[in-house]
Order: sequence, then C-alpha cells, then structure tokens
Amino acid sequence: MFRSLGFRGGIHPPRDKSSTADSPIEKLPPPERLIVPALQHVGPPARIVVKRGDKVRIGQVIAEPSSPESAAIHSPVSGTVLSVGNFPHPRDGRAPAVEMENDGRELFVEMSGIGKPWQDADPLEIVDKILASGIVGMGGAGVPAQLKLMPNSDKPIDTLIINCTECEPLVTADLRLAKEHAEEMLTGALIVKKVLGAKRALIAVDGSPGGAMSSLASACKKPDFSGIETVSLKPKYPQSAEQILIKTLTKRDVRPPKTGADVGCVVHNAATVLAISRAVIQGIPAFERILTVGGPCVRSPKNLLVRTGTPVNAVLHYCETDFTRTKKIVMGGPMRGMAQAELDTPVIKTTYGVFAFESMAPAVLRYNCIGCGRCMRACPMGLLPSHLWKFVDKNKIDDAGRWRIEDCIECGSCAYVCPSKINLVHYMMLGKKRLAAAVRDAVTGEMK
Amino acid sequence: MNDGSAMDSSKTLLYVSAPPHIRQTESVPTIMLSVIIALVPGLVASGVYFGIHALMLVAASVASTVGTEAALCQLFKKPLSVGDFSSVVTGLLLAFMLPPGLPFWMAAAGGVFAVAVVKMPFGGLGGNLVNPALAARAFLMVSFPAAMSSFVQPAHGTLFGMPRGLDGVTAATPLVYFKNAMASGNYHPLDLQDAVTGLFLGTTGGCLGATSGLAVLLGAIFLLYRGIARFKIPLSFLGSVFILNWIFNGTGDMFSTEAFVVPLYQILAGGVMLGAFFLAADPVTTPITAIGRVLFGVGCGVITFLLRKFGGHPDGVCWAILLMNFCVPLFDGLGRPKRFGKRKKRE
Repeated sequence: MFRSLGFRGGIHPPRDKSSTADSPIEKLPPPERLIVPALQHVGPPARIVVKRGDKVRIGQVIAEPSSPESAAIHSPVSGTVLSVGNFPHPRDGRAPAVEMENDGRELFVEMSGIGKPWQDADPLEIVDKILASGIVGMGGAGVPAQLKLMPNSDKPIDTLIINCTECEPLVTADLRLAKEHAEEMLTGALIVKKVLGAKRALIAVDGSPGGAMSSLASACKKPDFSGIETVSLKPKYPQSAEQILIKTLTKRDVRPPKTGADVGCVVHNAATVLAISRAVIQGIPAFERILTVGGPCVRSPKNLLVRTGTPVNAVLHYCETDFTRTKKIVMGGPMRGMAQAELDTPVIKTTYGVFAFESMAPAVLRYNCIGCGRCMRACPMGLLPSHLWKFVDKNKIDDAGRWRIEDCIECGSCAYVCPSKINLVHYMMLGKKRLAAAVRDAVTGEMK
Repeated sequence: MNDGSAMDSSKTLLYVSAPPHIRQTESVPTIMLSVIIALVPGLVASGVYFGIHALMLVAASVASTVGTEAALCQLFKKPLSVGDFSSVVTGLLLAFMLPPGLPFWMAAAGGVFAVAVVKMPFGGLGGNLVNPALAARAFLMVSFPAAMSSFVQPAHGTLFGMPRGLDGVTAATPLVYFKNAMASGNYHPLDLQDAVTGLFLGTTGGCLGATSGLAVLLGAIFLLYRGIARFKIPLSFLGSVFILNWIFNGTGDMFSTEAFVVPLYQILAGGVMLGAFFLAADPVTTPITAIGRVLFGVGCGVITFLLRKFGGHPDGVCWAILLMNFCVPLFDGLGRPKRFGKRKKRE
C-alpha cells in the first residue's frame, strides 16, 4: 500500500541517508566517564537518589520520577558516582545530572521481565513494568511512554501508529533498527496494541527505495504479527510529526491543543516500542539507544548503540571526526536537532543522531524579508511565518497569538526554504515562550 | 569546554543556533540574478530595435541605482547591500520603462530617486512600500512629461498606419494611436491584427523593454519555471485587462474577430506584459496570500483599463500598480492559509 502524501506544505530536503543506510548497528564501548542527566524526558527532572561515592550497577535506578510527566533514570554503566550537580544538557543548556566513573566491569543488577508471556499479562502489569523501566518517546519528544499507554476511558483508542518514517535527513537509526530488530519491534507493537485495546496497528514506513519497507513487510507476513499492517509513505518532510502522521494515515484531524488520543489514535516511535518490548520481556530498562553519527566532518559515519550519558565527544571520536573542521555539533537531526556548545554534552534517551557540520548554517549573512511567501507554502500547519517572525521581533506577542503561533510544530520547513536566511524557528520558539509567559502572567494577575 | 581536556585537537569555538542546520541554496541574490537573467531577452530586443543608445540608457540607469545604494550605505554606515543585486534589478526595470530616446541624465535621475527616496529610507530591500522602479518612472513622467512621451520608432518597424520611421524620428506610441483611432472610428480590423503581431515581436514603438511581448514572455517563462514568479498575479492582471477590454471592446459586438483582437492589443501594448510579470509580481510590494494576490492582480487590471479608457495618460499600468502597492496592507488579513485540520462546526 502506497499512500499519498496526505498533507499540504512540507519540503523535500536532500535526504543523504546513503552513507549510513547500510551500516549495521555497532556497539559503542561505554566511556570511562559519563554524565547522566536526570532530565531525559519532557516535564520536570527526575529526583536523583544516589550520592557521591555510591557504587552502582547497570540498570540500577539512579533517579526516580518526580511527577507523572517525569521518568525514572537507570545507570548505564557499573561504577562509582563521582558527583551530582548541574551539567551540560542537549536541550536545556544545563540540567541536574549524575557524573559517573565506569569501572568497566559491566555488572548488571538483576533484571527480569514480567515473568510470564505478555499475552497473558494484565495491561496494568505491563504499564507498571514500562513505567519502572523509564521508557520515554525516543523519536525526540521524550513523553514518558506510560502517558500514551493509559487512555482516558471516555477517549477509547482504536488505532495504534508506529512511526518508522524517519523523515529527518541523514538519520538512519530507525531504518537500521527496523532491518535488524524487526521482530522485536513488532512484538513491542503488539504489546502496546494489547495495552491500549486498539483495533488495529499501523506501521508507517519510509517508502523510498532502500527503506525498511521490505524487511518490515516480510516480518509482518509471519502469523505472529498478523494484526499489524505496514503503510509505505512517500518521503516528505515533516511526515513524522504526530498530527501529520495521524492525518495521513487515518484522515483524522488533530489541532495542536488536542492530542492523538482525542481522535482515537496513539503514535509511538519505532525505537520506543523496541524499548518497550525489551523492558516487558527481558526487563531491560532504558539506558541505551541507537543513533546515527554523521555529517560532513565525520570520516566514518555509523549507526551506534550508545549508553545514555555518553559525552558527545566520545561518540564523535569513535567515528573519527575531524575536529579542526567542525564548526557545529548537532544532537538530534539536521532539521530539528539542537546545536551544542560543549563537547561534554551527553547523549540522552531522545538523542537519535549526532552530527558534525563544517558550516555554521543557518548563514551568518542574512537578508531582509522580501515577502516571497515560500515559508507560507512550506508550512504544514497553515501558518504565515513571514508575519509571525516580525510580530515576535517587535514583541507584539498578542498579534503573534492571534496569528496562531502556538500551532507551530517547529519543524523548520519555513527556515529551510527562506531565501533571506532568517532564523524563523528561533523566532517561533521565542514567540511561543513569550506567549506562554504572557498567558501565565495574565492568569496570576487575575488571581491577585 | 568545562575541563580543557574535552576537545583535544582544536580550540575552535562551536557555533550555536536554532535549528534547522541545513538550508536550501536559494537565496536573495540567486533570486535577483534569475530576475536579471529573465530580463536579458528584453535587453537584447531593445538593443536590436533601438540600437546602442538604448543599451547605454540601461547602463546609465543601472549605474545610478547601484551607485546610489552603495553611496547611501557608506553615508549611513550600513553594511554594503548591493551584493543582493536588487538595485541592479531596479535599474534594469526602470530603464525598460523609459522611452528609448530619453537623455541619459534623466534615466540616472530616475535611478537616484528610486533608491534614495523610495527604497533606502524605508530600510532597503524588503522595506519599501512601492516598487522603486515604478515610483521612479512616475517621478520622471511628472517631472519631464515631454521627454517621457516622445517615442522613437524602431528601426525596422511600421504598422497600423504609422509612418515608417527612421531612427531618431519621434512617433506616437501604439496606445496613443489606438486611442485616437478608436475615437475617430478610422481604422481597419486587419490593421489591428497586424499591429498585434508587431507588438508581440517588438517592431512597434514603445518603451525599451516593453516593446516586444515575446521577449518579456521568454523571461517570464524562465521565472515561472524557476518558481520565482508565481502565476496568480500575472494571470489575474492580464486576465482582467483582457476580459474588460473584450466586454468593452468599442465595437458593440462581443464575438467578432475584432472583439478578441482589441483585448490582445491592449495586453501587448504599453507596459502590461512587463508590468504583470515583473513589476506587479515583485514580492516585496505585493500581498503574500493567494486570495490577496489574485485581488491585487485584478485591481491592477481594472485600474489599468479605467486609466486607459478614461485617463489622461495613454498608459495606466505604472499608476495602476503603484496604486495597488499602497493597498497591500488592506489585503494582509485576507485569505490566510487554512489552519491544519478541518474546521469544526460550532455546536
């Protein structure tokens, strides 16, 4: 089945996936020193439960969830806690983290799955296991998985969508995952389907040649996985955004304040369901992930299995990065990832790529907006970035709100096509933060 | 780096910015260069029909726009902005709207006006309210009406009962002829058809770049192919001029050959083609939304028609687009793109 693109706008950046598409996943040897942030999810940081000098083992809980939007953090190595403090963080600049020394002995805590076939387990039992394993959305969002596993009783879920489209250029982590761990991933999909009570499970796959379609389609033919349907999508960015994926696959509309659950859909990333499968069956918590290392300055681009907390420096060194040429290091993908200021910044559960670029794009050279409308035509959410950025620039936050800045999903399509090289996403992020602050102030003002 | 050992081989600082970290290669200079390329056929045509004087007029105009922009950047200690090539485009377009026999200094004065009065005080490229080339042409028409309306007959041209001109002989433009002929009723339909061919190829008198519809069209096709010109404004502009002139074709019959030739003639004569594809489609001074762009084009067409039919000037294109430029803020809120997701009906 080959579905139409299903959404308006979007862009076709060069995908450049060939350098790592055929590289099997390699294990990165855990480094000697790790920085494990207590914040590897949306919501507040987890509460750190270890202190300096503690000996820990792989899989041991080192931070507990501090709220329902928070997730547990497990030790990625065995060794000693060097310190607890604020350390570089790939998304938030600085965040509380545990600095650890790896003793290299690879000692595990005792890990076990739910202790019976998942088919026989109670959904709540499975959710508890997933909660305890600290699994979050690994496609970049970092929403704790259990939040998308416990549907509200008045919003029944009928469709589970597994997102394996990977529309970011250069990134091949999910592609390799689907090729090498198809059955484990599909098992994870069935577990989630059972927990949600969904009627059907769809796997959205990048349908371009060399994609994961063939391996997933053949795996789905096995009788075990008969309840899963693969859907091949034509590549177009940002196909893998949740609202857009739901729209493409089910024709249902999710407007930004709503979530997929409002229309009976739940979207999980391929890496997330793989982690769920491992947690439920083998009891392995989320302390490692698959990511793609690449970019023009990386001499041997690879797909790596990396422990969380590994400094980006170690990852780049392993892939023979030319640091003399490197001007920018990005964690995440080239379209949505965050540029890093420090080489100590650790890989976290949501880091699906590490890239080293030699140009400092977005260009330093910037022109005035010429009103060409390319951003408007590229925007999948039907916004006018050309107007919004000017509102934010002039601090007219009310106007930005009236022109629906909060609908922006920060996909970067507008900035990608902008001939004036304006940092539109920067203005969108800033505008959304200011709007939220203004709304908050208005509410507290009323309360006084 | 929080402990010097992290980055071993280099002390280079890393760049940090908001995503995305890859960008399309299309930029303002590449867009402007494409527009310049699209104007080359018109440039060649004016060289062929009007000779070296015309090309030197173009040179004077471009030199004055670029020079003025550079001088102003220097004067106000702004980064030099001529590298975006927008002032070259302004200079070319201004020259294309001048009569071939105009003295060089007048063209240069127009170029200075375009940049120093219309463009730079509003913040340079992207800030101007109206198209600088059009405003400069309006300025020249008001300041030097005689020079601006004395046209040279192309070296090889003659049609529609106009005298077979020699180089340097002034002749009325086709629109003046048309207006007079229509008023007196003294014309033959076949003359009209010949005149249409002449206008298309450029053998009829007129402004530099507007003289050959074919040359303008070649450039326009290139811009459409490159995705720089969008079809909504040109199509609605040309369409409304055509339809209005077809309905009010002056013969009282809407289905004779003549009834179709008259609107064709109106589209090809004067600056309509150049205006529709290059001047009215200038992104800076036009609305951004689809509906806004269609309304803008129709507005240009209607005003052009009214000015030609009832106005004092033979050609209304320049004034029509300028007027519509001022109306752009009115279209701003119209036809915003549809929000993602279906519109929910109110319960």
